[in-house]
Amino acid sequence: MAKVLVVTSGKGGVGKTTSTAALGAALAQAGRSVVVVDFDVGLRNLDLVMGAERRVVFDLINVIQGDARLPQALIRDKRIETLHLLPASQTRDKDALTQEGVARVIAELKEKFDWVICDSPAGIEKGAMLAMRNADIAVVVTNPEVSSVRDSDRIIGMLDAKTARAENGERIEKHLLVTRYHPARAARGEMLKVDDVLEILSIPLLGIIPESEDVLRSSNIGAPVTLHAPESAPARAYFDAAKRLQGETLPIAVPEERRGLMSKLFGRRVA
Amino acid sequence: MNLFGFLKPRPSAPVARERLQILLAHERAISGGSDLMATLKEEIIGVIAKHFPLEREKVQVKLDRGDAYSTLEIDIEVPSLSKAHPGNGSSGGAKLAAP
Repeated sequence: MAKVLVVTSGKGGVGKTTSTAALGAALAQAGRSVVVVDFDVGLRNLDLVMGAERRVVFDLINVIQGDARLPQALIRDKRIETLHLLPASQTRDKDALTQEGVARVIAELKEKFDWVICDSPAGIEKGAMLAMRNADIAVVVTNPEVSSVRDSDRIIGMLDAKTARAENGERIEKHLLVTRYHPARAARGEMLKVDDVLEILSIPLLGIIPESEDVLRSSNIGAPVTLHAPESAPARAYFDAAKRLQGETLPIAVPEERRGLMSKLFGRRVA
Repeated sequence: MNLFGFLKPRPSAPVARERLQILLAHERAISGGSDLMATLKEEIIGVIAKHFPLEREKVQVKLDRGDAYSTLEIDIEVPSLSKAHPGNGSSGGAKLAAP
């Protein structure tokens, strides 16, 4: 049974696209067939983060408007066979995305893939609404910072009210993914702790992604961090999160950077 | 106990946490509240309309949130019933105090 997952946050710049790419790749690396769908019409970036920006021919809007068939618009990842991308359009006409059109495309994707992962645009406008509309599961990406937590709270309220599942009286599964976390700064009381965020938002925790150079390095070269740096702390956290999405129960910890002998000896600062 | 503890900046995360808790309690009351009030109003109209002819605009449902208790105010104005009932109850008001 195919699952539709939305990666959402309200606030921009917290790591939705990075997390979509990393979770999608991690699930595909585990053998599932996955499609990641970019809903950020006009500001697409999932193609760039996944390193497929030069292979985009058709997009989600072309499929919705009947200018292309779904298989023509899907881009298969060159590194993982079971990973696919459906890019967003760069058109400025946001009304090109319709509720019926999106529902039709999602239904078609559900027949082809195990996981349909929708990368939501920031904000609470139409694009974000349509990205969450058909979801069975939501991953709420939150930074341990006041504005991000507030916006996540707003988005959680919308997931419970505005999704198709909510309207049918069904429950939508919600998970919290804390990103850009600095364990040392949280320990010093300079940053909200994961427990603080959990207590405030009160949805179950999917994972803690530590702030890491490997995330930027991966997006620089256009690869999900789980592919480019699979041993890195953020990649291991994303692999664990992907396992939890598939129903595994794992203890949650903040993965630490594995430091080499030299950096241990010369005490590189952690935070 | 660190003698030079006063030199360290005070941790700001607890402040962030407290501000968020207060703010979100308030915001949830507003956004959750508007839906709740709309639903409640619809249901009340449904029940009352079975027994009295009534106009939708004449039904007011209001919730005032206070620290110690909140007040739910329901004001329903029904057309004159003097023919059916001897009493001249043209307007019914109810006030409830919810802890």
